[in-house]
Amino acid sequence: MADTLLQVEDLKTYFFTEAGVVKAVDGTSFEVNRGEPLGLVGESGSGKTITALSILGVIPRPGKIISGKIVFDGQNLVGMKDKDLRTIRGRRIGYVSQDPNSSLDPLYTVESQLSEVIMAHEKMPRDDAKQRVLKLLNLVRISEPEARMKAYPHELSGGMRQRIAIARALAANPDMLIADEPTTNLDVTIQAQVLELLKSLESDLGMTLILITHDMGIVAEMTKKVVVLYAGRVAEVADTHSIYTNPKHPYTAALLQSVPRIDRKKNLIPIPGSIPNLITPPTGCRFHPRCSFMVDKCAVDQPPLESPGPGREVACYRWKDISLERMK
Amino acid sequence: MDEPLVKVDNLVKYFPVYERGILMRKKVGDVHAVDGLSLVIGKGQTIGLVGESGCGKTTAGKVILELIPPDSGEIYFEGKPVHQTLMKASAAEKKALRRNMQMVFQNPYGSLDPRMTVFDIISEAFVVHKHVPKKEWKERVYALLKEVGLEEYHAERYPHEFSGGQRQRISIARALATEPKFIVADEPVSSLDVSVRAQILTLLEELQAREGISFLYISHDLSSVRQITQFVAVMYLGKLMEYASVDDLFQNPLNPYTIALLSAVPIPDPEKKTVRIVLPGDVPSPINPPSGCRFHPRCQYATDLCSQKEPDWRELKPGHFVSCHYAEKFVK
Repeated sequence: MADTLLQVEDLKTYFFTEAGVVKAVDGTSFEVNRGEPLGLVGESGSGKTITALSILGVIPRPGKIISGKIVFDGQNLVGMKDKDLRTIRGRRIGYVSQDPNSSLDPLYTVESQLSEVIMAHEKMPRDDAKQRVLKLLNLVRISEPEARMKAYPHELSGGMRQRIAIARALAANPDMLIADEPTTNLDVTIQAQVLELLKSLESDLGMTLILITHDMGIVAEMTKKVVVLYAGRVAEVADTHSIYTNPKHPYTAALLQSVPRIDRKKNLIPIPGSIPNLITPPTGCRFHPRCSFMVDKCAVDQPPLESPGPGREVACYRWKDISLERMK
Repeated sequence: MDEPLVKVDNLVKYFPVYERGILMRKKVGDVHAVDGLSLVIGKGQTIGLVGESGCGKTTAGKVILELIPPDSGEIYFEGKPVHQTLMKASAAEKKALRRNMQMVFQNPYGSLDPRMTVFDIISEAFVVHKHVPKKEWKERVYALLKEVGLEEYHAERYPHEFSGGQRQRISIARALATEPKFIVADEPVSSLDVSVRAQILTLLEELQAREGISFLYISHDLSSVRQITQFVAVMYLGKLMEYASVDDLFQNPLNPYTIALLSAVPIPDPEKKTVRIVLPGDVPSPINPPSGCRFHPRCQYATDLCSQKEPDWRELKPGHFVSCHYAEKFVK
């Protein structure tokens, strides 16, 4: 039996804006098993980042968790006091954001930013903290760590900044690391460096990785299990292999058909339309206006999550009819 | 062989870097943005210009269109020297030349005027070039909207009413309005959502097939380059590293930089595990680029020769050009 580290159950996080209620996360459920890297896949507006921020309990205003449970290692994080949440956030769950430029403070050196995190979680003399900082920088393979420690973020390249951000997330040796599009702002060769680093951290430190991305290539390479999100809801959950060979949700299948691949030229089949507005999302299944398998029922009722096989879930009335061949 | 549509010959563009002094600015160096770029683009061809950020690909695109004048070198459009013409010719001749060359920008949010309707944005080309009589404007704008997959009623709307993908379609319609023969598309899909990218890529493919327009497709996304181009040029720090047909380049890259670049791209297939070459370090500053071969500090095959002598640009296989002293050993 797999060991569940994190369980998200029917999570609803809404934003109460002047224009209306944005249902950013609207009934998302999934599980993360210990040691099994999970990919949260979706486009902008799919709710992947807000799901991560909900887990960390740092939803920006005017957002709020409306209902649902987030159970981390047996404790429900929803409704937990901020004081208690702090013993988990950062210490047991690390977070790396998309943009290292805004997640690092431009006014402090690398050393002071990292030692601040270390000393916030564990009381220790400054010299010991400095040694820990050095260790962390070595861990994330920063060359000349002694010199880089004294540097300010603007003196570092984008790839290096992202590695510092990863080092900071690792400072308290967390059980789980949430990496939110960690390579989106980086060049391909630098992306390769960061991905290799994340892989090695996973195996060396026994950390469970949640990787948030829209890049189907990165998901294929880095994860064992995938949760596909669309417009705030789970479309499909499956092991990574099945997602690519036998997707059961039309959105997953269409996404695979629409991304170009470097290893061969193929017929691109674009998905028509664009991502829905979440203030007035489409009724029924949120993908139905763009779906080529749509039937009348899809526009009326929201399809429940059904299980097409062990460890798999899909929210589509017609999942039995979906295969990659039929999309062509 | 036919005369190429666009021929770029040894294009150089440096940007000076100044240091603020007490009274006067002091020049401290140059950013070597484009350093001796030569390219040939045939009629109806799509050439991919790829490289990482800071390699000079966007500057190259702008210089080829003469939006930024080059320091030296020349661009020939249908045999006519563009730079010389634009320096000396009359306004009418300049316009005639410009009409043939258009650009689609990376960011569809910044490149459309928010206070103009789609109709105004597209018909502005008719105002400038006067190639369409006024009574046909409406008809032409509708036809252009249709061509890029939009509807007639979109003409009266403003850019903010559209999604990113639709805006990029408007940019493309605007570029098509002058009936160009050549379009520079600078990362046209990189700011779009994944599910929308394929729409724009297939639109570009269609335009190329239907209208016979030549494209220079500038991108860092190698997967999309493989999808829509016929020839690919790889740039690194202002220099061309390799040029070949798309199949040649992707099947047998001959420059260690291209090899590493291709191996770094994750493939959306969990069964394919590629051996990835992880390049050490970052792209060096283009202000003081490395001596010899510019890639040598990050290259695992580099020798003393690489740091001393700049490799020649040579045709190693028919149509396959490369700049590397040791390219022979990569031939499959």
